[in-house]
Amino acid sequence: MSTDEARPRDAKVGRPPGLVVVLGVLGLAFFAVPFLGLLGRVPWSDLPELWSSDVVVDALRLSLVASVSSTLIALLLGLPLAWLLARVDFPGRSLVRGVVTLPLVLPPVVGGAALLFALGRRGLIGEPLNQATGLVLPFSTWGVIIATTFVAMPFLVITVEAALRNLDRRYEGAAAALGAKRWTVMRRVTIPMIAPSLVAGLVLTWARAFGEFGATITFAGNLQGRTQTLPLAVFVALESDRATAVAISLIMVIVSLAVLVGLRDRWWKAL
Amino acid sequence: MKRDLSIPFLALVVALVACGNGQDGAGLGGELLVSAAASLTDAFVEVEAVFEDANPGVDVVLNLGPSSGLREQILEGAPADVFASANIPNMDQVVEAGEAADPQVFVANRLQIAVPPGNPGEVTELGDFSWEDPLIGLCAEDVPCGEFGRQALQKAGVIPAVDTNEPDVRALLTKVAEGELDAGIVYATDVASSDGAVEGIDIPEDLNVVAEYQIAALTNAPNPDAAARFVEFVLSEEGQEILAGYGFASP
Amino acid sequence: MNGSGLSAHFTLRRSDGFELRLDLEIPAGVTVALLGPNGAGKSTAVAAIAGLLPIDSGSITLDDVVLDDPDRGVFVPAEDRQVGVVFQDYLLFPHLTVLENVAFGLRSRHVGREEAAARAREWISRVGLDDLAARRPGKLSGGQAQRVALARALATDPRMLLLDEPLSALDVTTRSELRHDLANHLTVFEGPRLLITHDPTEAFLLADQIHVIENGQVTQTGSADEIRLRPRTRYAADLVGSNLLMGTARGGVVDIDGRALHLPDQAVDGPVLLTIHPTAISIHQLPPEGSPRNSWETTIDRVELLGSRARVRTSAPLPLTVEVTEEARSALNLEPGSHVWVAFKATEVTVQPDAGS
Repeated sequence: MSTDEARPRDAKVGRPPGLVVVLGVLGLAFFAVPFLGLLGRVPWSDLPELWSSDVVVDALRLSLVASVSSTLIALLLGLPLAWLLARVDFPGRSLVRGVVTLPLVLPPVVGGAALLFALGRRGLIGEPLNQATGLVLPFSTWGVIIATTFVAMPFLVITVEAALRNLDRRYEGAAAALGAKRWTVMRRVTIPMIAPSLVAGLVLTWARAFGEFGATITFAGNLQGRTQTLPLAVFVALESDRATAVAISLIMVIVSLAVLVGLRDRWWKAL
Repeated sequence: MKRDLSIPFLALVVALVACGNGQDGAGLGGELLVSAAASLTDAFVEVEAVFEDANPGVDVVLNLGPSSGLREQILEGAPADVFASANIPNMDQVVEAGEAADPQVFVANRLQIAVPPGNPGEVTELGDFSWEDPLIGLCAEDVPCGEFGRQALQKAGVIPAVDTNEPDVRALLTKVAEGELDAGIVYATDVASSDGAVEGIDIPEDLNVVAEYQIAALTNAPNPDAAARFVEFVLSEEGQEILAGYGFASP
Repeated sequence: MNGSGLSAHFTLRRSDGFELRLDLEIPAGVTVALLGPNGAGKSTAVAAIAGLLPIDSGSITLDDVVLDDPDRGVFVPAEDRQVGVVFQDYLLFPHLTVLENVAFGLRSRHVGREEAAARAREWISRVGLDDLAARRPGKLSGGQAQRVALARALATDPRMLLLDEPLSALDVTTRSELRHDLANHLTVFEGPRLLITHDPTEAFLLADQIHVIENGQVTQTGSADEIRLRPRTRYAADLVGSNLLMGTARGGVVDIDGRALHLPDQAVDGPVLLTIHPTAISIHQLPPEGSPRNSWETTIDRVELLGSRARVRTSAPLPLTVEVTEEARSALNLEPGSHVWVAFKATEVTVQPDAGS
């Protein structure tokens, strides 16, 4: 393989057409301008005080706890589900896939209402559960986790199912021929080979869970320290105190950017 | 020959003035954006219908939401014509910013405890709000019904075990009606208009907090004539009758 | 470790309707090649013997252990079969190093990490890739990858070796180098060995016995020489570059497309397969005199130069492939379109009864 390092050849070859550049920049502006608007409203001098208030600290803690928990639950339940969808041809598979995708399409508030109908105190499962154990899921931190998992898990299932489908199954055959039992094949071959997609799926899941609002406020309610995540805190603050609202929004932007930028090109390629 | 043009000239002036001002009902037209507190929803829907009947050229558009949110919209320059706030402080802020002048109190609203039909949580008084067991909801602090609810609880010396602070009174009502919450503090008008979806329990007068609602035409209203007319209508006997029908008390 | 070898007699119908029928007996220490074009069913055969696809009827037995027997309800899955497979495209795990790849089979069988690494290194050494243990498959050349795949299969000490197109992915030079190494490894391996390929040279040089497979059926078995001298199908004949003609003989003469071909034995009757080797045919510019009983006028269709030799294809009435020296070709000025006479002796015609026409 010869390398030609003489001079950069991108001068004439491979440059995108002008129109593409223009539209691309417009697209970027579409995203960037609202953020710049947000930045313009930040009360920079008050930030330390605003950020250390207990409202913000509680909300940040809850958001992190809920989003990370959701991601883990999504992994635990979503990976096997994706496996079944990708590998097993069971009757009604398309329907199942449709149902799994539903939270992506429904407005989150509708999702929250559905969760109430199922798991609320008078809910399909919630009522017998409450009567048997006294457990109440809405208005609790677990309620938040359930709401965020509900809207975020589809991301993981879809990403992983696609990755499994695209995987060359002959590698698994090779592993089996070498003597690896099914579990070993999954652990040492399948999952490492879909790792980039899996990580990308997990990050998307986390991001969606972190930003979740509608289902949370409908199902889990809004109480500082117990259910008031960052998005809810922003919403409530918007009513009374724009400065606090903007300060909290800034936290969300920083945390999200940190995670997503940290993700690097490498993982994005797998999406 | 000099003709006497004074009378035709006067007629022309009167005609011009009349067209320019359009003060009589037949002259009003255009869109009228009324930003009103959520608790006024049902009452103002009827007010809208009656007003539009009386002023056929006008299309009333109701912008309903929490008073604090509406206030923010106006301060940010939203093109509203009328503001009807569920409490005085919100209106004060709007007036201070120069967006409104001369607000009038047009109705009052009392608080009530809302419980699901059959009162499964067996809540009878404000004192019951301090127990852990029942699931209690209040409006968020910055929302008028949340502010007043907390005032009432304070008067009663109760520290409530709140389970959720709903962003607006409608959300709170829905959860109570569904039985997801055992009790909440809402307006008497909300209980009245729920058509039996929730039951109301009175709060004694000495503990109750009366919310005074103010209405004003906005200074920068795009449609000032219709705005003034609307405010007039709300304050009129006819308007007051409609409001009373929904459980509002007179100011 | 001397077992009784592989005994595979089975049919397999794939989901797309393709049916494979195989009858193989490979004793320990013998290399059999399954030689056929793409789509002949070779990969299906690999999958069946490796245990990745169940057969529909018949049985597969290795060293007296039944691996697959539908009638008796026996199916041993791939991971329990002890068949060492080198797959087409090698299928080295891209996320593991060479060492981890070679040690994979051992680790899967619960051999300790250190022991597995040590044994893997031995094998890496044996295939001559000592310095590459820490490399990833993506950074290996084709030839290196092939050797890693072989080491990986052999490291598990399998009972038989199954090689699916082990050299096809390589360029011609690397292929001849590695063919030599492969031959050595095969000779040393004690169990039965099955080589799947579409390359006749590979089959001829590496295998003791060749099964020609076309369309899911074995059409001919024999040693390299037998196949080369007496191909029984068009495909086999094309493979060995020979001329194959079919017709019915009567009294030692075969009529093919209006041409009478004289056979060495006048007593031959019935459907026959005739082979004439390209080097046994001569080309003349004028009608030939002398003893050759078979000759006719024709034109040249194609000329292919292979170093010091030329392969000339003639056209109607009976297309033949003729091989002459390059010297002769240029002396006679043989080019597409040239009018020539071909001739060959009756004794040069190899006759086989055509049993399965």
